Amino acid sequence: MTLTEKNKKYLLTGNEACAEAAIQAGCRFYYGYPITPQNEILTHMTIRMPQVGGTSIQVESELAAINMVYGSAAAGARAMTSSSSPGISLKQEGISYLAGSELPCVIINIQRGGPGLGDISPSQADYFQAVKGGGHGDYHTIVLAPSSVQEMADLVFDAFDLADCYRNPVMILGDAQLGQMMEPVVFNKKYKPVLSKKDWALTGADGRKRNIVKSFYSVKGELEEFNAKLQKKYRQIQAEEVRYEETNTEDADIVLVAYGTCARICKEFLNKNQSLSVKVGLIRPITLWPFPSDIIQKVSERVQAILTVEMSAGQMVEDVRLSVSGRCPVHFYGRTGGGMPTPKEILKKISEIVSVKEKVTCTT
Amino acid sequence: MEATYKAPKTLIDTPTHYCPGCGHGTVHRLIAEIIDEMDIRGKTIGLAPVGCSVLAYNYLDIDMCEAAHGRTPSVATGIKRVHPDKVVFSYQGDGDLAAIGTAEIIHTANRGENITVIFVNNAVYGMTNGQMAPTTLINQKTLTTPHGRSEKNDGYPLRICELLSVIEGSRFIARTSMTSPKNIIKTKQLLEKGFKTQIQEKGFSLIEILSPCPVYWRMSSVESLKFIDEEMSKTFPLGIYKDWENQN
Repeated sequence: MTLTEKNKKYLLTGNEACAEAAIQAGCRFYYGYPITPQNEILTHMTIRMPQVGGTSIQVESELAAINMVYGSAAAGARAMTSSSSPGISLKQEGISYLAGSELPCVIINIQRGGPGLGDISPSQADYFQAVKGGGHGDYHTIVLAPSSVQEMADLVFDAFDLADCYRNPVMILGDAQLGQMMEPVVFNKKYKPVLSKKDWALTGADGRKRNIVKSFYSVKGELEEFNAKLQKKYRQIQAEEVRYEETNTEDADIVLVAYGTCARICKEFLNKNQSLSVKVGLIRPITLWPFPSDIIQKVSERVQAILTVEMSAGQMVEDVRLSVSGRCPVHFYGRTGGGMPTPKEILKKISEIVSVKEKVTCTT
Repeated sequence: MEATYKAPKTLIDTPTHYCPGCGHGTVHRLIAEIIDEMDIRGKTIGLAPVGCSVLAYNYLDIDMCEAAHGRTPSVATGIKRVHPDKVVFSYQGDGDLAAIGTAEIIHTANRGENITVIFVNNAVYGMTNGQMAPTTLINQKTLTTPHGRSEKNDGYPLRICELLSVIEGSRFIARTSMTSPKNIIKTKQLLEKGFKTQIQEKGFSLIEILSPCPVYWRMSSVESLKFIDEEMSKTFPLGIYKDWENQN
C-alpha cells in the first residue's frame, strides 16, 4: 500500500489517515503498543516505515514507547507514538519529561470510554488530562482536535510543525469514532516538512560544545527561572495558535460549543433544524489547548445561552464557563461510557433552555 | 618535565557531588579515559539515570541525555535508532535498572539493541538516603530493612547478569568490581569490550560494576571494599557471563 499520490482520494480509516500523514510529514520514528481502538496506526506504521527507511517498533509497554519517542526527539528526529486512553495515562510521566526537556513530538490519543479499562467505544473523557497537562508539573501540550478523517490527516502535518516550532509535545485528541470510520482523504498537496535546525539535539559533540537534554535543575532558583521561560512560551502559543471554526454564530440565539465527533453531530443538528424559531450556531474548537476563549467570550456577550455538548460528564464545559465568566448561562449536555449525543437529544436540551417552536421535525 | 599521567580530556575538572568513598567518580573517569583512548568523544552520546548519577553529565564532556527513572534503555534505544553510527551508552544504578526499569532493560537486551549499559550496583538507593535496593543482600541492613533484608518480606537480591545472559539478544554480559587497582583495571578492560561490542555492531552489552556506598552502608571506605570482596561478590560472582567472541 503506497499512499503517496498527490491529489488522489484514498478511502481510509482515521487511524490510517493520521499514520500516513505522519510519514508524509517526515516522521521516521514510531513506537507503539497495541490497544483498541487505535491498532490501525501501529499496523500501518509497521507496513509503511520500512518502505521509507524509517523505524517502527512494537514495544513492550506504553512507557517504553513514550521514552523511545523522547530519545528520538532528543536525537533531532520527528517521532511519534499513539495509544488510547488507558495507554495515554501510562505515557503521562514521559509526556511531562518531554515538556520539561522541551522536546518536540506528536502523540495520538484515540479516546475510548473510561475510567479504568472502560470500553472501546468513542469518548471525550480524556479532555482534562489532555489540556491541563496530564502528568506532573506546570506544563501544557498543544492539543489538536480533528473532527473528520481528512482532519485526522491534516492536523498531523500541523502537529509536527507546531511541535518543532515550539519545542513542545503536541497531542492529537481523536476518539474511537474518528479512528475507526472510513472517509475519503486527500493528503496535503503542497506540504513540505519545515525541518527546523535543531542545534540543541544530541548528535555527538563533534566540533562543537556538548549538548545536554534534561529537565532536572538542582541549583536553587534555576527551576523557577526555567518554569518562567516555559510559561512565556505557553503565552506565545496562546496568543498565536488558537484555532476554531464558527458556523452560523453571527445572529445566533444559542451557540453550541463542541469538538471532534460531537461537533459533527452538532453540525448535523444545525443542518436538520434550519427553520427553528431560535437560531442556533456552533463554535468548534480545533485547538483544545490553547483554548479559543476569546471567541467564546465575544459570542457570550450577544447570545441567550451557550450549550456545550461532549461525550463526557462535563469537562470542556469548565473551560467554556471560564471563558464566558458569567456573561450568559452555560448549559451542558453530555453522554458517557460510549453513549453519543444525538441531534434529537440536542434539540430536547435546547428546548429546555429556551422556548423552541419547531417548524421542522428532527428525525434522528 | 613531561607529564606521564594526565586527567582525561573528556573528564570535566569540577568539584564532585559524590560522597567520600563512592565508586561513581572512578567509573566516570574510566569512561572518560576510554572515550579519549578510542577517540570517540565526538560521536558518543551518554544517558544519565535517576539516582545518584543523575548528574553524570556534570563530569563527562560529551552529548548527554537525562531519562526518567528506569526508562534509560528506552531513551537510549530512541537515540540509537536515529543515530546508528554513534556510540550510545546508558549509565544506570541498581534501583533504576533492576527495580523500576526491569521491563526496559530486559526488552532492550532482548531486542539486541546495539547499545552499551554500564550498571553500577551498590546494593542500596543512595540518593534517597539508603533504602533497600533490588540488589540488597539477604540480612543487609538499610533504611527500609532495619533488621536486615528478609527473603520472606522482601524477596531475594536480583542477579541481573545471570538474568540477561540467558536472553538471546544479549551479546556481552560481565560483572566486575572496584575494590582494588587490579579490579579497576579489569573493569576498564570490560568497559572497553562493551564499547567495542557496540562499535563492531555485535549488539547489546552490559557491564555490572559492584561499587561501594560507604555512607549508606554505614562503613568506612576500607570496610566497604572488604564488604564487596567478602560478601557482595558471593551473591554477585564476578566474571564474564556472555561473550560474543566465545560463542559459536
